[in-house]
Amino acid sequence: MASVSAESSPNNLFNALRALLPPDSVLTESEDLHPFECDGLSVYRQLPLAVVLPETVEQVQAITRLCSELGVPLVARGAGTGLSGGALPLADGVLLSLARLNRILHIDAANAMATVQPGVRNLAISQAAAPYGLYYAPDPSSQIACSIGGNVAENSGGVHCLKYGLTVHNILQIKMVSIDGELLTIGAETLDAPGYDLLALMTGSEGLLGIIVEITVKLLPKPERAQVVLAAFDDVVKAGEAVGAVIAAGIIPAGLEMMDRLAISAAEDFAHAGYPRDAAAILLCELDGTNAEVSEHIRTVREILSAQGATEVRTAADEAERQLFWKGRKSAFPAVGRISPDYYCMDGTIPRRELPHVLRQISKWSEEYGLPVANVFHAGDGNLHPLILFDANKPGELARTEEFGQKILSLCVEVGGTITGEHGVGMEKLDTMCVQFESSELNQFHAVKHAFDPRGLLNPGKAVPTLHRCAEFGAMHVHHGKLSHPELERF
Amino acid sequence: MASADISTALQQQVQQALQDGTRLDIRGGGSKTFLGRAAHGTPLNVGNHRGIVDYDPRELVVTARTGTPLAEVEATLAEAGQMLAFEPPHFGTTATLGGTIACSLSGPRRPYAGSARDFTLGCRLINGRGEMLRFGGQVMKNVAGYDLSRLMAGAYGTLGVMLDVSLKVLPKPASSITLVYECNAAAAIEKMSGLLAQPYPVDAACFHGELCHLRLSGSEKAVRHTRAQLGGEELASGMEFWRTLNEHELALFTAAPVLYRIMVKPATPPLPLAGKWLLDWGGAQRWLASNEPPEHIRAEVAKVGGHVTQFRGGNRNGEIFQPLSAPLLALQQRLKCSLDPQGIFNPGRMYAEI
Ligand SMILES: Cc1cc2nc3c(=O)[nH]c(=O)nc-3n(C[C@H](O)[C@H](O)[C@H](O)COP(=O)(O)OP(=O)(O)OC[C@H]3O[C@@H](n4cnc5c(N)ncnc54)[C@H](O)[C@@H]3O)c2cc1C
Repeated sequence: MASVSAESSPNNLFNALRALLPPDSVLTESEDLHPFECDGLSVYRQLPLAVVLPETVEQVQAITRLCSELGVPLVARGAGTGLSGGALPLADGVLLSLARLNRILHIDAANAMATVQPGVRNLAISQAAAPYGLYYAPDPSSQIACSIGGNVAENSGGVHCLKYGLTVHNILQIKMVSIDGELLTIGAETLDAPGYDLLALMTGSEGLLGIIVEITVKLLPKPERAQVVLAAFDDVVKAGEAVGAVIAAGIIPAGLEMMDRLAISAAEDFAHAGYPRDAAAILLCELDGTNAEVSEHIRTVREILSAQGATEVRTAADEAERQLFWKGRKSAFPAVGRISPDYYCMDGTIPRRELPHVLRQISKWSEEYGLPVANVFHAGDGNLHPLILFDANKPGELARTEEFGQKILSLCVEVGGTITGEHGVGMEKLDTMCVQFESSELNQFHAVKHAFDPRGLLNPGKAVPTLHRCAEFGAMHVHHGKLSHPELERF
Repeated sequence: MASADISTALQQQVQQALQDGTRLDIRGGGSKTFLGRAAHGTPLNVGNHRGIVDYDPRELVVTARTGTPLAEVEATLAEAGQMLAFEPPHFGTTATLGGTIACSLSGPRRPYAGSARDFTLGCRLINGRGEMLRFGGQVMKNVAGYDLSRLMAGAYGTLGVMLDVSLKVLPKPASSITLVYECNAAAAIEKMSGLLAQPYPVDAACFHGELCHLRLSGSEKAVRHTRAQLGGEELASGMEFWRTLNEHELALFTAAPVLYRIMVKPATPPLPLAGKWLLDWGGAQRWLASNEPPEHIRAEVAKVGGHVTQFRGGNRNGEIFQPLSAPLLALQQRLKCSLDPQGIFNPGRMYAEI
């Protein structure tokens, strides 16, 4: 390897990278870099020094060794669908795309697991497992595009995680390249692994602890039957209360999603899913399992929803209609994108019992700010996605949108929830991290990072704010404020 | 015993220990002292830090202090028709919630529902700087900051003193039955792993005493319907069977001086190791009561990519858990140091080096 000093110019870095990788795996021209300037949160944009597209694990190791030697920051990127700026490049850093590590290595049907490279798309795993009657459960709405490596780095959820869990519950083992180029196996092909649970720690670590180069996921049998019920309500709060009532009946739906009027009409225009446009809110409640169980649960759920004041309760007539109901839901973000120049997607999670209160408060603020909000979210697990509609070309509107967003997230923390349920902190929620955590807790996060990456070269400046930043932000933790459970010291 | 919050007193004891340079042996109810490597240090009693702090069945979450008896948590959940779905073994009447999570102990439902770690949502803890910290929370989905609460599960108290934990809970199944099939180990393994790709409501599967046992749980109709499809004999005392298995009350668990817990991929054929076997978790967790030398057992299991814990008996000062590769051990040491820089919590309880 060419030896280059830390102060070396970009050209030395480029030459060293070219010595390690095939010519078309190193991009340095600005027109080639542009496609990588942002992730799904496009309000943040930045060109990196270079983009590298390794094709083998050995190449990833060589890249990390070089960056480590030169002290050059490294940002990993999967498919770039992240919604918090996690894969945002750094001006003085290398962007490492895992897109070419895209092979499904092994489907082990006898043990119901699959081993894949990080660039494999989420949906491709289920497609490859389908001939065995198996599938990979977590299904983010972005599943046709997002990578499994990105899913692990974000601990992504999906519309079915109420019953089947998040990424962390559905993976067994990963292989990770450390910043000094070491290849480590974390977890095991068995149901648990010796030592500390580094697999849990790596899941959701947003590229700050290591580069994930291989993942072994758990596969589940496709349920015998899945059926979805659509319920319409004339009031968002009633819909929120119905969510709790379904859970209280001892039923865990496979998915329990909610959309409000604005989201319904946008999705309807886009997907023609047959949603009732006059409803203030709809719930989509999916039941799956054996045929007998689904029939029983459908009946119970229909009764509960009617008793909770639903104006209409409709069971999908067939598989095609069921798919259509979900298509509307899964395309809600792009659909909202068509009715507004820009939208800002929030991702707080709250205890379910707080749904009515929080939804009411958001709509009050929406009027105050003059910024419409479309709500489309994972109601079953209290994971809100208010989409604030705005126009970035209007002076000051982005700033007001961000302020409104901060208020929503602070409210989530106040009622005992969190600032991010599945989209991650990335670049976006650094300030709200100061609201949720105290300095001792943030320090602990930094200490953990140090154990993996002592020089702070992996995705630096993301996910965990510096104490300095929090002091400037000036809003340390609100959770001692209006707690819904004063008996709980810190939750 | 009444509920009591002794967080501050525990924090003071940790701070004192830091000042004095003493090491602490964190204790809940003492029911798990036989697990892991031998404990050293001054006892830090968490057992009096007890009580359920928050439980609203509609939220599917319970938060309790770590000294709360496991039985009390389970009884409270049962009143609302709910349960800890990872079905933790108690190993004695004094088991606490904290010890259960620290050892990440899960029972027969584990392969189908998830582990103690999977159901952990958040915790409050005292780290090795004497600070009280909170990670995770009381909601199902939370990706703010590194997942340090799940990291505590299975760390055997070597990373901090857990003060309270929040766990996801689930409704109890409306009905359950146990079916048995006469067969040998190889056939049972095939049957159990074959079911992994079948959408039946199986929530426990084991091979014991030349019988493959399957537990079906769900709505009454679903269970009856599946029973008709799967055949087999119904075991009248099914619930009691799974309890005695989970609590290690079957003769096998104390049959030899040493009991090994062997983790393999579920479809792995029977291993050529002498002793008495019980295959649980659908073949993924295998118990072996054996007199064979531990090195021999580890070597055989390594061949099929599995790992071994010397669960009961034997030398409790030697290797109890599967040894780690050098780079992985080094990383775990650095991680330990990030949470407990002076190494005061449960030194050597997991590995001599941490
Ligand atoms: C329309 C739309 C709908 C969405 N719906 C959902 C949803 O329902 N649920 C949900 O959870 N998310 C959702 N998302 C967010 C996003 O799709 C997920 O966060 C996804 O997991 C990101 O994957 P990616 O491959 O695009 O990762 P990227 O955006 O490329 O990267 C995300 C983060 O992971 C890191 N990273 C990526 N790959 C690796 C690796 N191999 N090793 C180490 N670090 C890595 C990056 O550095 C970055 O910090 C949605 C996004 C969009 C645009």
